Amino acid sequence: MNYNWNWGILFEEPYFDWLVSGVEWTLFVSAVAWIIAFSLGSVIGVARTVDSVPVRAVATAYVELFRNIPLIVQMFLWFYVVPEMVPDDLGRWMKRDMPFPEATSAIFCLGTYTASRVAEQVRAGIESIPVGQRAAGLAMGLTTIQVYRYLLVPVGYRIIVPPLTSEFLTIFKNSSLALTIGVAELLYQARQIENYTFQGFEAFTSVTLIYLVLTMIVVALMVRVEEKTKIPGYGIQKDK
Amino acid sequence: MLGDFDFGVIVTALPYLWEGMQLSLLLTGLAAIGSIALGTILALMRLSSIRLFQWIGAVWVNFFRSLPLLLVIFWFYFLVPLIVQGQVDAFESALIGFVLFEAAYYCEIMRSGIQSISRGQAWSGYALGLNYPQTMRYVVLPQAFRNMLPILLTQTIILFQDTSLVFVVGLADFMTSAVTVAQRDSRLVELYVFAALVYFVMCYFASLYVKTLQKKMHR
Repeated sequence: MNYNWNWGILFEEPYFDWLVSGVEWTLFVSAVAWIIAFSLGSVIGVARTVDSVPVRAVATAYVELFRNIPLIVQMFLWFYVVPEMVPDDLGRWMKRDMPFPEATSAIFCLGTYTASRVAEQVRAGIESIPVGQRAAGLAMGLTTIQVYRYLLVPVGYRIIVPPLTSEFLTIFKNSSLALTIGVAELLYQARQIENYTFQGFEAFTSVTLIYLVLTMIVVALMVRVEEKTKIPGYGIQKDK
Repeated sequence: MLGDFDFGVIVTALPYLWEGMQLSLLLTGLAAIGSIALGTILALMRLSSIRLFQWIGAVWVNFFRSLPLLLVIFWFYFLVPLIVQGQVDAFESALIGFVLFEAAYYCEIMRSGIQSISRGQAWSGYALGLNYPQTMRYVVLPQAFRNMLPILLTQTIILFQDTSLVFVVGLADFMTSAVTVAQRDSRLVELYVFAALVYFVMCYFASLYVKTLQKKMHR
């Protein structure tokens, strides 16, 4: 292999700053998108378990819609198509005045997409609670809302902490797709360094290591959380 | 708004888009075959009694599952031409990336598939005088594949969706073709909505099929 190694380039200006700002964007986009994914996903996941047929149908339609379209297509829809589809005034504002249009689109895209995955986990968690518990709650005179509030949601969420961890890691990895609409996240910066310096090997190695380290940090933190939150004797059964 | 949605653009572009779709399907098929084969080998390594094999399997899976697929695609797009010292088709480097990456996911599916087969099956294989490869080949793996078929297919639907990422290296799959037409004709809305619709219909009906298959198997 004819290749001029130059690891020092990563620590020269401006390349080092590019990497740092890439990490910041990746973390920022993932974190904000996760807030959307977690809250919206919780609502939809709960909606998939209620008795009302129309509510369940809407929630199911949401999950199927977002799960069956590739994320990159959704990214393009949010960035190029949504501003054309909304009412004219809003569309004009999105195109002209919205702060950080690329990042905002990416955040909504990742958030709504991951919400469909979070919803599936929430549903699995609630469904793994024996039906007798719900019946017992109702028999004691709790309303349906109280059964969810005091029984199904608190227990269900403690069961699904491990799969939610991997969903968070998924959003973190998927945030790299934001580069297709021009968000200057980590992978975008690596490519930019490659384009400017032709030191692709160093650039890609460094972001690979950054992704690995960040993943390990998240996993290490979540192992603690899992220890704290797990309910003895409970767990989602594996797919048969 | 939808009022000036131009269907004509899509109709004219259909032959070109179909070529892209053929490439998407070809890439999905080859990558699925390659990564299921490699994933099965990795699963056998993770379950073997040899420490080194267990370690290799575990590192492989955890390594690739920590990385974005996009990064892996870039790596191979950049790396493969450097290794072979010459021009390489973007298709080949993308295919290598997909096989190595998706194998990590198929490995975990096959691992739980193999573990779902009771140990007695393997023991009876040995008792009949079969050696390890024969026991795996004729007794354990066929049953594991059968049990895991729905999940393997679901993963393959995900793989099909993932092939749209080759857009970033300019490989002319369905997604890239749609973007090319969209930019050429300045018809972003039509083409992106159409692309989403096509992917949705294909993946949705494929997943419905998987569901009926699952029901059939549980009967």
